[in-house]
Amino acid sequence: MNNIFKIIFSTSFGYAILRVTTPILFSGLGAVISDKAGVINIALEGTMLTSALTGVIVSALTQSTFFGVIAAILSGIFVSLLLSYFSLNLKTDIVLTGIAINLLASGGTIFILYLVAHDKGISTSLNSKVIPNVTIPLLNKIPILGPILSGHNILTYLSWISVAIVYILLYKTPLGVRIRAVGENPEAAESVGINVNKIRYIALCISCILASFGGAYMSMGYVSWFSTNMTSGRGFIALAAEAMGKGNPVGTLLTSLLFGFAGALSNNLQSLRIPSEFVQMIPYLATIVGLVIYSIRKTNMLKYKKEVQNA
Amino acid sequence: MKNEILRMENITKIYSNGITANKGVYFSICESEIHALVGENGAGKSTLMKILFGLEQPDDGEIYLNNSRISITSPSLAIKNGIGMVHQHFMLVPSLTVAENVVLGLEPRNKGFFDYKKAVAITEELAQKYNLFVDPNSIVEDLPVGMKQKIEILKALYRGAKILILDEPTAVLTPQETVELFNQLMHLKNSGHTIIFISHKLNEVKQISDRVTIMRNGRNVGVFNTSDVSENDISRLMVGRDVVFKLDKNIKKLGKTILNVKNLNYTSETGKKVLKNISFSVRGGEILGIAGVEGNGQRELVEIITGLRNYYEGEIVIDNIRINNLSIKEIRELGTSHIPEDRMVYGVAAQGTIEENIISDRFYKKELNHRILMNIKKVSDISKDLIKEYKIKCSSSKQKVSMLSGGNIQKVVVAREFSSNPKLLIADQPTRGIDIGATEFIHKKIIQLRDSGTAILLVSADLNEILEVSDSLIVMYGGEIVAYFDDTANVTEEELGMYMLGLKRQSHDEIGRVIYE
Ligand SMILES: Nc1ncnc2c1ncn2[C@@H]1O[C@H](COP(=O)(O)OP(=O)(O)OP(=O)(O)O)[C@@H](O)[C@H]1O
Ligand SMILES: [Mg+2]
Repeated sequence: MNNIFKIIFSTSFGYAILRVTTPILFSGLGAVISDKAGVINIALEGTMLTSALTGVIVSALTQSTFFGVIAAILSGIFVSLLLSYFSLNLKTDIVLTGIAINLLASGGTIFILYLVAHDKGISTSLNSKVIPNVTIPLLNKIPILGPILSGHNILTYLSWISVAIVYILLYKTPLGVRIRAVGENPEAAESVGINVNKIRYIALCISCILASFGGAYMSMGYVSWFSTNMTSGRGFIALAAEAMGKGNPVGTLLTSLLFGFAGALSNNLQSLRIPSEFVQMIPYLATIVGLVIYSIRKTNMLKYKKEVQNA
Repeated sequence: MKNEILRMENITKIYSNGITANKGVYFSICESEIHALVGENGAGKSTLMKILFGLEQPDDGEIYLNNSRISITSPSLAIKNGIGMVHQHFMLVPSLTVAENVVLGLEPRNKGFFDYKKAVAITEELAQKYNLFVDPNSIVEDLPVGMKQKIEILKALYRGAKILILDEPTAVLTPQETVELFNQLMHLKNSGHTIIFISHKLNEVKQISDRVTIMRNGRNVGVFNTSDVSENDISRLMVGRDVVFKLDKNIKKLGKTILNVKNLNYTSETGKKVLKNISFSVRGGEILGIAGVEGNGQRELVEIITGLRNYYEGEIVIDNIRINNLSIKEIRELGTSHIPEDRMVYGVAAQGTIEENIISDRFYKKELNHRILMNIKKVSDISKDLIKEYKIKCSSSKQKVSMLSGGNIQKVVVAREFSSNPKLLIADQPTRGIDIGATEFIHKKIIQLRDSGTAILLVSADLNEILEVSDSLIVMYGGEIVAYFDDTANVTEEELGMYMLGLKRQSHDEIGRVIYE
């Protein structure tokens, strides 16, 4: 027990939380945007996986981190177009299409990995690049906070900035007002001349771009290689984070941190003598517990109202 | 005669399910006139207007604006051509503010960002100019319907509409709000706007319009100067027969008390006392009307009695059973029927078929099931009978409700609620959006139910309806019962108005007479 507390109350654990949070936060923000537009993006998981592999391959081929990241994002946009075309133009069910894309990404990445790296498990034979970490001057001098907040991957900082960007996009721009209108009452939006499908295309596209940053981070920051199904459900955890964060960018940041905590805990506890299967369960358990707490709070609020009324 | 501004020629529209909603319709309007469009439910009025606004494409026909041919393939093109529309079912985004709704789709910008301050300023300026006062910063979902309608009109005006289509704008308004709307429409007309006005209330048509176009079965059956025709002429052309406006009612035989509301108090989520000490009873074989300007607690009262709203103080008893802790389904099982005020929210599942909507309150009952499977044949037989009885205009009982005309959607709700042999019927605006022929039919049905012993609570913003149909009535003002009349025949509209506006109220004892055991 003591060991566990020692782990949790160390600055390196704080650092680890933020490190683990990054991909969930990116995808969670992606889920915020698509949900606000009234289109559920189940394909976040597949998008992350696709861009994780694309980033590794292209950075290895071009020997450029920059091109690797750009290619990762382009692959994310490609996935979003696929999803949008089928669900918006051909009117397939968006959830089923999302699942199909996830399955395609899961198998497809292994296939391409094998073609390129001649290995079905891991891309270590490719000399791929990583996105650098940065030390933030001054901040790194502050005790406790410094080691937790400084020295992260560029994309980790970008994910924090994205919270503000998504917030501004949704609440301070014309596009944001339209996205919210389309999600809530598409007929109303259409009746004032808004092209509903176009807005949904854009929303899914932004959503997938955010997820592909998360994917690029996985294979070019979190670790420096691609391995099969390396996102292991983070796209779905992100959906839960978004739901618990009530579809709000800041709320999603907080819930993502919660899942980051659970993830970091599970990573660290693997060094102790606790069955690893149990430890790996923690993030998913946290998802369920989180959702339960959320709904209990909602019911309590209703009960509270009742008491106020009867008083 | 003034200049013609717009003309639709030979418009034909066949929906994908084979229904021909418009057959070779010719329709023309002049500059700064108020032009009424009338016709029975399903006559094709909304369809014609949707074509004009680019929401539907005609299969044949042309549209001319100022004598040059235009094609309107989308609402944005209609807007560009100066045509605006206020829909029968509002097109607002509930969680956005009034200002955001007004400018939606054409947002003011400042360096690429949404300029909310400007949006507020624009809304205020338009509100000033056209006497349509709204608070730009309120969230739309909290607003009463009259206010929502103003927002819709402002939306159209902001887009520069010269021609304004209003699809049944008064169906959801109180008499006071209607007066206000008419003043605003006159104001718009005088400032050079043309207004197309759809309504089932012929007195309104007479009052406000310059000309009237009458539709029947998808055809234009005549255009008149409103002053040249009487209400009776119009209704004869619409329905093809004379409509009796007077109901003859039998002498009633009163049964035991079915609904008993005792000392009901309710505070809304926002902390406002909406219902204060409400007590009344309704006996079997009696129609108790509730008159009052909308927003004086009627909606909350109805929602509490039907179980849609909880957490109140006081006691409600239906047929000797206290319903305070019962679910909606349990309350219905006691024999309660409910025609809700807002048919699209509580009345129907718009994406479901007519059949599905009709059995939605009884699908679990024995007679509709073979062991674990549904008795599909029975379901469709019941539905077909009701469609026939209530003259619901549709292509089949499997048609989606969202594809019906507004009045026919209301008929689906009424058919379901009337056919479950209720002991208690709560009818909240039962004839909203329904044509005069069908209104007459529904009123007769209500009286028939009463004669078979049902207790009926009738809520209506339409004074005529209340006075004509109900046997006795209470008036609500500010969440309280301020008057009770045991015989509607002795009440005049003027007197009722005084109570409704809170200018008069009866003594405690007089009001107390509405409680029986
Ligand atoms: N989207 C649709 N798909 C198929 N049929 C439709 C659709 N909309 C309307 N209809 C049918 O077209 C006919 C005309 O409908 P419309 O809504 O124009 O009537 P209306 O005159 O506005 O009636 P109301 O007074 O009841 O609103 C109706 O029979 C209706 O069932
Ligand atoms: Mg209509």
